[in-house]
Amino acid sequence: MSFRPAASTDEALALEIRGVSKQYGRFPALKNVSLQARDREFLALLGPSGSGKTTLLRVLAGLEEPDAGEVRFGGEDFLALPVRQRKVGMVFQHYALFRHMTVAQNIAFGLTVRKRSEKPSRSEIADRVADLLSLVQMEDLGKRFPAQLSGGQRQRVALARALAIEPRMLLLDEPFGALDAQVRRELRRWLRELHDRAGVTTVFVTHDQEEALDLADRVAILKDGELIQLGKPNEVYEHPATPFVFDFLGQSCRLPGMVDGGRLRVADWETAAPAGAPQGAVEVFFRPDEVDFAPADGAGLVAQIQGIARRGPDVRIDCLVEGATMELQAHGPSLPTGVTSGLPVRIRPQRPQLYPAG
Amino acid sequence: MSLVGNTFRIRLPGIAPLMVLVSALAMAVLIVLPLVVVFHDALAKGLDAYLAALREPDAIAAVKLTLLVAAIAVPLNAVFGVAGAWTITKFEFRGKSILLTLIDLPFSISPVVSGLVWVLLFGAQGLFGTWLADHGLKVIFAVPGLVLATILVTFPFVARELIPLMQEQGADEEAAALTLGASGFTMFRRVTLPNIRWALLYGVLLCNARAMGEFGAVSVVSGHIRGLTNTLPLHVEVLYNDYDSVGAFTAASLLAGLGILTLVLKSVLEWRHSGELSASRKH
Repeated sequence: MSFRPAASTDEALALEIRGVSKQYGRFPALKNVSLQARDREFLALLGPSGSGKTTLLRVLAGLEEPDAGEVRFGGEDFLALPVRQRKVGMVFQHYALFRHMTVAQNIAFGLTVRKRSEKPSRSEIADRVADLLSLVQMEDLGKRFPAQLSGGQRQRVALARALAIEPRMLLLDEPFGALDAQVRRELRRWLRELHDRAGVTTVFVTHDQEEALDLADRVAILKDGELIQLGKPNEVYEHPATPFVFDFLGQSCRLPGMVDGGRLRVADWETAAPAGAPQGAVEVFFRPDEVDFAPADGAGLVAQIQGIARRGPDVRIDCLVEGATMELQAHGPSLPTGVTSGLPVRIRPQRPQLYPAG
Repeated sequence: MSLVGNTFRIRLPGIAPLMVLVSALAMAVLIVLPLVVVFHDALAKGLDAYLAALREPDAIAAVKLTLLVAAIAVPLNAVFGVAGAWTITKFEFRGKSILLTLIDLPFSISPVVSGLVWVLLFGAQGLFGTWLADHGLKVIFAVPGLVLATILVTFPFVARELIPLMQEQGADEEAAALTLGASGFTMFRRVTLPNIRWALLYGVLLCNARAMGEFGAVSVVSGHIRGLTNTLPLHVEVLYNDYDSVGAFTAASLLAGLGILTLVLKSVLEWRHSGELSASRKH
């Protein structure tokens, strides 16, 4: 069986969300959110809890109705369709498998509830279920009940169940949120492969930046119901639009600085300001592991090393910079040259990001 | 389910046996002894007298009436209970806590009041009394009154049983069913109902026991017309006041039997399907 829909040659827009707003009582869950996804794109909605990402996903599924805005899928007005006619495959954080049905019955559910005229025959359904079971690598477990499966297995069943209806779009709500780190990483890779094979537009909700950056074609970052930034994983990681995005996408260090005539000055260190930097007082952000070390008499910011701790593959370097403690990171078994506990060094952020201060 | 039932127990040597003894004594005095008395007095004049009392026309009428009232009130309350629990647990709306309180109300008001409200509404001097009389409809001192009173008193049983379970289960499975293309009715029939079936049965069982055993509320609306508006519990009282102790205890033995049967079924449910009852019923 093939899960690939008829090949489309152009990079057509599949999903268009325009000005969607949703309010719960006085609490605004979504504020005028607009974004698009191309056909077969893997889009991640990333944000902390309360950012509105799950609400947006439920709007797409039809489980929530927005107060304002428009959702189109394949050019069709999606909001006018009831949930059951949208043909979206939804996967929930806590699996939402039908607990009183076997794995096979769960997967078959979407086929058995079809209208009589559209319902496949018993043997067709059995074949489809068998295909899907092998797709999710659970051939022998069709007769089990959800309670008899591990978390990772349950989520794979949930995916198979969602794929059974040949969905036009796959919606995943923190699908790996309840799983442990090891299983999560395995499933992540597997999900991406499955997406590529199935060729379905996928919207994936997560609060885990690593997961979003690793999996998605594009990442939409939400905060307090607003879309803050939308871009490819590398774009958003390397050019976070706001301090919030910078902070959210990884660990961060910050220092106050000043930009004047193309030069960036932080304390006694001066360097060329990156292109497009704001003028005047700025906040300088950088990643704790994107730092060059130099001898104390070299160029850079003075950092007084206070402690060095090896943690697995990384080394944590605690230091005092401009009167504030800062936690830097180095990789690999050997320390950067000149870094000794109790002694000063100079540090230079490799890729400082500047945001207007205040 | 495999994940429930991991309880830690405290150990206090010497205390536990004492507690067990106290509970056993209390059980014997408060439950076993009265049960023995019921059956002993019912059979005091021999099995023939017992069977004769059972065959008495008024007794048969009382049993029939009790079954009729329960047969109407229990299914209705099962439907109301499922509907109430469904709305409360699967939807967000204003006034939810008020609805919850209203469902619980019959638990906190005296059954006599539950009967009296119907008299005040539909009695001869009641709000709609004249209208009903003009149209030749009889509610009070008739079967409709008994049914209404019983429904009111037993209203919370099914809903109370379902709400915690449905809250625990959440609405994700229903949402999943909808996204997979199920209609609202299919979702209810194939997902919601199977998930709550044992808790529903449990609630119906308790509801039925109370419906058949209810005294206070039906006593107010019944009028105690022998062979016509006396349910089994009322029949017991009438016979007892007539000093017909064999008759009274014979009727009482039927109710006691119902109680024991309910208890057995309830235990079977708790034992076999604890995983599918609400958390408070799990062992």
